[in-house]
Amino acid sequence: MKEQLEKIKLEAKKALDHAKNIEELNDLKVKYLGKKGELTQVLRGMGQLSAEERPIIGQLANEVRDELNAILEEQMKLIKKAEQKQKLNLETIDITLPGKSFSRGTKHPLTQVIEEAKQIFMGLGFQIAEGPEIETDYYNFEALNLPKDHPARDMQDTFYITPEVVLRTHTSPVQVRSMEKLNPEVPVKIICPGKVYRKDDDATHSPMFHQIEGLVIDHGIRMSDLKGVLLVFAQQMFGSDRKIRFRPSYFPFTEPSAEVDVSCGICSGNGCKSCSYTGWLEILGSGMVHPNVLKYGGYDPTKVTGFAFGMGVERIAMLKYGITDMRLLFENDIRFLQQF
Amino acid sequence: MKVSFKWLQEYVDIDITPEELADRLTNAGVTVEYIEYLNKGITGVVVGEVLEAVKHPNAEKLSLCQVTTDGDNHFQVVCGAPNVRTGQKIPFALVGAELPGGLKIEKAKLRGTESQGMICSAQELGIKDEGLTADQKEGILDLDPAAPLGVDIIEYLRLDDCVLEFDLTPNRSDCLSVINIAREVAALLGKQVKFPEIKFSEIDKKIEDLAQVEIKDSNLCRRYVAKVVEGVQIKPSPQWLKHKLICAGMRPINNVVDITNYVLMEMGQPLHAFDYNYLSAGKIIVRKAEKGEKITTLDENERELKEDILLITDPQKAVGIAGVMGGLNSEVTQETTTVLIESAYFNPNSIRKTSTNLGLRSEASLRFEKGINIETVVDAANRTAQLLAELADGKVLKGIIDNYPNPIERTIIKLELTKVNEVLGTNIEDQQIKEILSSLNIDIIEEIGSVITVEIPPYRPDITIAEDLVEEVARLSGYDKIPTTLPFGASSKGQKTLEQKLRDKIIDTIAARGLTEVINFSFINKTNFDKLLLSPEDMRRQAIPVLNPLSEEQGYMRTTLFPGLLETLRRNINRRSENLGIFELGKIYLPQGFPEKSILPLEKWILGIALRGELASNWQDKTQPVDFYYLKGIVENLLEQLKITDILFKPCQDSPLYHPGRSAYVYVSGEILGIIGEIHPQVTDNYDLPARNYAAELDVEVLLKLGHGPIKFKQLPKYPAVHRDLALVVKEEITSSQLMEVIRTQGGDLLSDVTIFDLYKGNQIALDYKSLAFALTFQAEDRTLTDKEINDIHEKIQKALAEKFQASLRS
Repeated sequence: MKEQLEKIKLEAKKALDHAKNIEELNDLKVKYLGKKGELTQVLRGMGQLSAEERPIIGQLANEVRDELNAILEEQMKLIKKAEQKQKLNLETIDITLPGKSFSRGTKHPLTQVIEEAKQIFMGLGFQIAEGPEIETDYYNFEALNLPKDHPARDMQDTFYITPEVVLRTHTSPVQVRSMEKLNPEVPVKIICPGKVYRKDDDATHSPMFHQIEGLVIDHGIRMSDLKGVLLVFAQQMFGSDRKIRFRPSYFPFTEPSAEVDVSCGICSGNGCKSCSYTGWLEILGSGMVHPNVLKYGGYDPTKVTGFAFGMGVERIAMLKYGITDMRLLFENDIRFLQQF
Repeated sequence: MKVSFKWLQEYVDIDITPEELADRLTNAGVTVEYIEYLNKGITGVVVGEVLEAVKHPNAEKLSLCQVTTDGDNHFQVVCGAPNVRTGQKIPFALVGAELPGGLKIEKAKLRGTESQGMICSAQELGIKDEGLTADQKEGILDLDPAAPLGVDIIEYLRLDDCVLEFDLTPNRSDCLSVINIAREVAALLGKQVKFPEIKFSEIDKKIEDLAQVEIKDSNLCRRYVAKVVEGVQIKPSPQWLKHKLICAGMRPINNVVDITNYVLMEMGQPLHAFDYNYLSAGKIIVRKAEKGEKITTLDENERELKEDILLITDPQKAVGIAGVMGGLNSEVTQETTTVLIESAYFNPNSIRKTSTNLGLRSEASLRFEKGINIETVVDAANRTAQLLAELADGKVLKGIIDNYPNPIERTIIKLELTKVNEVLGTNIEDQQIKEILSSLNIDIIEEIGSVITVEIPPYRPDITIAEDLVEEVARLSGYDKIPTTLPFGASSKGQKTLEQKLRDKIIDTIAARGLTEVINFSFINKTNFDKLLLSPEDMRRQAIPVLNPLSEEQGYMRTTLFPGLLETLRRNINRRSENLGIFELGKIYLPQGFPEKSILPLEKWILGIALRGELASNWQDKTQPVDFYYLKGIVENLLEQLKITDILFKPCQDSPLYHPGRSAYVYVSGEILGIIGEIHPQVTDNYDLPARNYAAELDVEVLLKLGHGPIKFKQLPKYPAVHRDLALVVKEEITSSQLMEVIRTQGGDLLSDVTIFDLYKGNQIALDYKSLAFALTFQAEDRTLTDKEINDIHEKIQKALAEKFQASLRS
């Protein structure tokens, strides 16, 4: 009997090793280990054995069964794995085919620049103010210290709607409008983004463009505060390595006035073609609010001071994105807009 | 303003380079835009004389010349210029010379004849055009017969100089004078200004015997000074004077005209020289023009004058428009021998109005309208007389007429010294403040404690208040000295208004649906209203016109976003982008009683959308053209994002812009939000667009009223939902929303959702009928629904639909 068991074991092992698929394995399981299987047949003959032999053979038979079971299970796993692998292989796709396309909407670059500026200034405690684009001569000029025959009115070519109503030439009218609304409250801290209009049309001028006006009024506001706020703005908008420079300038509504340059990002201020070899790029005009303007807004210039600034959004966008022709910003060519 | 660097150096010691000076001036607010070096690379060119010029034996257009540079040696030169002739002085490039652009002069043979050098044209020397006659521009540069032989051309033409080109702000028109620029330079460099010495001798004849001045309007003419010089010889100016004018961008004419221009540039005082012999009775009367009065100005234009224009006249006629341009009738000519010099101060506003009215801008009006130094009017007249004596052999009559009825006092300003640092945030010592002011000739006339009272020099009319003085201190000490701080006052909250938040959200939401934001001009062409088929009484035709538009294209403020959107579609199609989804969030401008009843028109924010072409497609999906429902989906998605639920789409058959069968009014909470739909094919044609375009215009204000409710969390359902489908066959004209309404009403609270999942028309159902399939979801918040409950509701719904719309179940 012992030989019989050894023989079954050898045969079964060999058969299991050669099994090619799950079905063959299942057949072998029935053949050797099933109720009518060969091993069971042998064990049925145990009754004829002597009392001494019985436990020995019994143990041997159990060992053979366990061993075969283990092999069977192992084979089962291997074959399953191989079968799965084959199945997965068959399911292979060309992953280089393009993904499902979704049209990507874009916000206009000017909207994006304005939004970024709003975020920067809101972080500094500024509120967002607005005003009409069709504006009275009073708010656009007179209340900004630009009386009717002021020579500086020549600085801006104005579109007129009536002799007393204009398309605002800058966002500055919002200064006095905001002051009128808020006085005598301090601090006043607003920015006003919006459309403005001037009679100009070439590669660097558009009859309609955008500005962001800024105004701060409080007790003890200094020109150094203006410098600080604009430095924060320039570094957040253009990069933390940027510097700013103030140059004396002239605006009828500020005194002292300053033109503000930001260091050129292309050459790090060393001078290149983009900055006309100066290392600096002009970004905005600013200054301390003229006492007359404070008075127009209902504030007492002996008690409070303020600063104001105005920047061209197109200019900022052109510098930020390297756009060379302003007209691109208003042609609305989809191929241009989708780059942003 | 352009100034020769060397000229500037005559009035102030400049011990730094032109570049350094330009930087210093720019940083002090007197911007130097550009420095132009006059020598563009010339070596070895000297003054020569053409001893002989004959026709080249072998060439029709060439001359064979003998040139000398010292009177002894001859050079044989072949010259192609038409204006070369015997006896001429010319710039001569010797063999070995170099010209701008790197051209080297070598010995050459031209048509068989040796040529030893080159006679140069102005262009070859890189010389400015201003001083050249037409003849000189065409051919070789014809020099003054008195030019000294052999002298280096750089020295003779003063090319070892550079020109500073200023870009002045309107307040600094004082720097339209070389002396005043020198004052600025002196203040910056800590130097003294060297003023020209005004000294000349006068003959015994008295000016009073020859001339008289009467000012009839002393408000418009504050001061009028006259000087008379006789025996004047009209001739060309010397090279040094020509050079300075050319550098300043002025064309030399003759010595008298050049001298007045020279003093204009030097002192900033416009002058006019009249030919005395054409002034009737030698009398100048300054008065306003009479009605219909005419004058022919120096530019030979006859001009009819308005009554408020100030004129210079004699007892018989007008001889000049004050401060703007002289008259042709009294112009200095070759025959002039006696001149009357006018040096005056005219009211800046009056000059500004006159020059704007006449469209005449001159160097004189430019200065008068900004305000000149009223205290140097006499000096300027004397300076002119001096130069006429020196350069035109003039005999100056004794005395001067100075008509100055109401002298103007100098500006006095009080300044609290602490204000400087308070405004700037700097730490400048009081002493330094005073030194800076004094360097600018701002004299301290009184000092009490820390308050100083100063007197402003008359050439700085821009300084009128204490803040102006603060700026003077700031710019002279350097804006770079201002530190960087942040405001330290009470904190403030940075925020947007609800409306601003809403607009930002709209842009974000629409962009997230794959549309591209555009920004169109606010002005439109009036022809758009016809192209949009607007009826004559359509309110959108009441657009506000711009009085002075750049062109007709930009003549009116838009009353609809359509023109911009459609033109943007057109432009992109022209550039081969045919699948387009664009939107614009912008204002329209409506009169609303303006200008009669309202100070300003109404500005209204509108969301405009335009779509055309095909959806984004790829290799998996078939392309699908956009349609009404695509646009509607975008609008519905936006409303959902804004938490607006009470929405109704009603057919819109009365808008000329839209397809009458494919457009809808959008109502939210009973208010019209706008119209969406397919653009009318005729409109499409009018904008030259290929077929099927879709658009919407929505009123942002309506969204603002309804669209920003708070978000409230609702418990997730605990009990299972049951889904049932309902496929109906109804007559074609029954709308889905009619069916939906009945389903919702009958479904009650337990019907938690209904959607449409299929629409079928075709041969499986009768003609004029359609099948619509609804997916119904039933759910209760407090229990699991039983089959019976659901069946009952479902039946109720079916019954109601059958009663109301004869709807049958699709078998």
